[in-house]
Amino acid sequence: MGNTPFWPESASNWAPGVDGLYIFLVLVSLVMCVLIFGAVAFLSAKYRRKPGVEPVPIEGSHLLEITWSVLPMFFFFAFFLGGALIYFHERTPPQGATEVYVVAKQWMWKLEHPEGQREINTLHVPLGQDVKLIMTSMDVIHSFYIPAFRIKQDVLPGRYSILWFRATQPGTYHLFCAEYCGTQHSGMIGSIIVQSPAEYQTWLNGGSSNTPLAQTGEKAFAELGCVTCHRADAQGRGPVLTGIYGKAVSLEDGRSVMVDENYLRESILDPGAKVVSGYKPVMPTFQGIISEEQLAALVAYVKSLTPAAGAPGSAVAQSDTTPKSGK
Amino acid sequence: MATAVMPEQRTNYLNAEHGVKSWLLTTDHKRIALLYMVSVTFFFFIGGIYALLIRLELLTPAGDLVQADTYNRLFSGHGIVMVFFFLIPVVPAILGNFLVPIMIGAKDLAFPRINLLSWYLYIIAGGLMVHVILTGGVDTGWTFYTPYSTAFASPKVVEAGLAAFINGFSSIFTGLNFIVTIHRMRAPGMTWSRLPLFIWANYATSLIMVLGTPVIAITLVLLVLERVFHLGIFDPKLGGDPLLFQHLFWFYSHPAVYIMILPSMGIISELIACFSRKRIFGFQFVALSSVAIAVLGFLVWAHHMFVAGMSVYAALIFSFLTFFIGVPSAIKVFNWTATMYKGSVTYETPMLYAFGFIGLFTIGGLTGLFLATLGIDIHVTDTYFVVAHFHYVMVGGVVMAYLGGLHFWWPKITGRMYPEGMGKLAALIGFIGFNLTFFPQFILGYVGMPRRYYQYPPEFQMLNVLSTAGATILGVGYLFPLVYLIWSLKYGEIAGDNPWNAAGLEWKTTSPPPTFNFHEDPVVDFEAYNYDELKDIPDER
Repeated sequence: MGNTPFWPESASNWAPGVDGLYIFLVLVSLVMCVLIFGAVAFLSAKYRRKPGVEPVPIEGSHLLEITWSVLPMFFFFAFFLGGALIYFHERTPPQGATEVYVVAKQWMWKLEHPEGQREINTLHVPLGQDVKLIMTSMDVIHSFYIPAFRIKQDVLPGRYSILWFRATQPGTYHLFCAEYCGTQHSGMIGSIIVQSPAEYQTWLNGGSSNTPLAQTGEKAFAELGCVTCHRADAQGRGPVLTGIYGKAVSLEDGRSVMVDENYLRESILDPGAKVVSGYKPVMPTFQGIISEEQLAALVAYVKSLTPAAGAPGSAVAQSDTTPKSGK
Repeated sequence: MATAVMPEQRTNYLNAEHGVKSWLLTTDHKRIALLYMVSVTFFFFIGGIYALLIRLELLTPAGDLVQADTYNRLFSGHGIVMVFFFLIPVVPAILGNFLVPIMIGAKDLAFPRINLLSWYLYIIAGGLMVHVILTGGVDTGWTFYTPYSTAFASPKVVEAGLAAFINGFSSIFTGLNFIVTIHRMRAPGMTWSRLPLFIWANYATSLIMVLGTPVIAITLVLLVLERVFHLGIFDPKLGGDPLLFQHLFWFYSHPAVYIMILPSMGIISELIACFSRKRIFGFQFVALSSVAIAVLGFLVWAHHMFVAGMSVYAALIFSFLTFFIGVPSAIKVFNWTATMYKGSVTYETPMLYAFGFIGLFTIGGLTGLFLATLGIDIHVTDTYFVVAHFHYVMVGGVVMAYLGGLHFWWPKITGRMYPEGMGKLAALIGFIGFNLTFFPQFILGYVGMPRRYYQYPPEFQMLNVLSTAGATILGVGYLFPLVYLIWSLKYGEIAGDNPWNAAGLEWKTTSPPPTFNFHEDPVVDFEAYNYDELKDIPDER
């Protein structure tokens, strides 16, 4: 991993924008430092105490105060805008991204590809393709950080956090846990391996025959009995799940909610929280019954029932759809 | 003026009473300030030993000096001790305690016994913290993030939380005392527009102490309730929300940064005015910018949480508001600089510390803009960039200002001068050591080294070695003043009542002042920083 000591490698769609903005801020800061330190040095030297020279009492200047209060605001606004644009884009996962489910625990990263490939502390991703990570934690807060991609997202227990990127340089890059998580926090590291799409495909096909995640979810859907109520034909006691992902549904209390990964998760673990209008709160909870991996498979399966399902294509995927917020 | 009677022969607050009891039961704000000085300095060196061990471990990429768990206790102990037991009390409880009543012409604070109680609460909290340190420590970081702190972590979380909780009341009482004192006990003629900027800064700080500290107290109580009684507040497993903890924690802990830096800014205003022989440029703007910082400081807390999983729109709003707090801080820096224009500048030790403060605070402030910028923050938050940034502001800024103020008022506090040459040397060593320690950490952070790592990939080593080397220099820069200031207590030159020929009521009484501060009740018929009326500059000393 050939990081230079003074500048990180840049290997994602985010890196050029973040670096550009950073360099802009560095330059503005340098100019400010030169101006301020120069003024301090100049004034303190020019007006050092000299015999017979009295200090001149000066009250101040409203014009100057207004100037140096207002002028920086233009720069601040430019910084804000530049940073906000990158951030908004970062929090808006594109349609059709490859979706990898990430489960963090003390002190390892478990990753599962839609094709069923599982990895620990290593993530293979295809070059030039959008990759969306759907992440949760089994214990404390962790943070998924790839310095070469200039991207980071805390991974919380009890909900999904989303992060997306497009790798632009083949290679192997650091994966760090950036949120302090206990004894082996600094050992909760790994690698991101960016491969050309062909190599990536070869890697996916290698190893034991894997069951695609959505297929695992379909099996669980049948075994857990979900299928008895969530029927395909609108005759069941639960809502039809076909085509539901990425759409808004109305709730009993008149509100509507976007069906994203977090809503699906919540509806499986805490079914009474946000019941779709026209249905009774009869579904039992699966909290403590299914594992994070099974949950991911179920979510992937439900999403696969919506053709061409990608992300909802809005920032809402990242918003505060915490499990308790709907009560 | 400096030909006055030798201070030793005159009754002052130091020799008015003798014996341990006269100190432990004193209600004299000046003696309480000295009690704080001793205890806060003790905790500064505890925190410093932690820092030294952290830097030694980070000298090599492998985790070899200490175990992982030990390292986690080191940085947690360092943070808790330095933030709660050093940075928050250092300026208000020592210099503020000593100077607030004198500067406004009062005999003492409004509630002298509550002032003593503040110190006892600090000591009880500090004792509890020492107990935590000696019985295994705590490994949550100073931020106590849930659910790690409530469902995992080492066993001493409750005790450490209790220590911070009790210490919070010490802060609240100090803040309350200052607010009432500044409102009710100003000398005749001491109008708000004549209040020195150090008083304005402490007033703004007190507002934050009184309004913000209860929130951290509540948060720590909730944390203990969840940890001990498993009430589901923050842990999703119990039906809680971990982000709620972060919101509550930073609602206090961001303004707490201003509790640390505002009084320091007040010191810098006093120093620049005195050693430029001028009224502070734009006095009103500097005074009101303290109040603006106190108010705006309550509106930016969630900028610590841009990657935590907050809503996009909340993040945008908090980023936007964060930039605004840059304005009043910039106003101060510009006005301090402009004060020297057409002044009569001299370079005594306190002024060198003031220059050092401007340097470090400017770098700390500018890098704060990087962190307010969302796209950049995503990359550098929780890395050494953040570590460098807050050390520049909180440590570079606060310690520079405290040492500057300590040297400036040392003759007033003790009646003796510090050795000037050594003072200048210490200021220089501290400044160089500080930059060498923390500047490489900005680069380290942008390259991607996460904070709270006790082992790290080898490519980060070079900058870590630089940082550790700088830390040893910085350590010398901080130890040196301790040595010569203690030396000066016995061997320092006897100071006159006003060795700097400075403006302000504290220089109109004797050094050290009498127990009730003034021999005659002061009447104020002059503006603050009336240096144009103090033109006869003495040439002795």
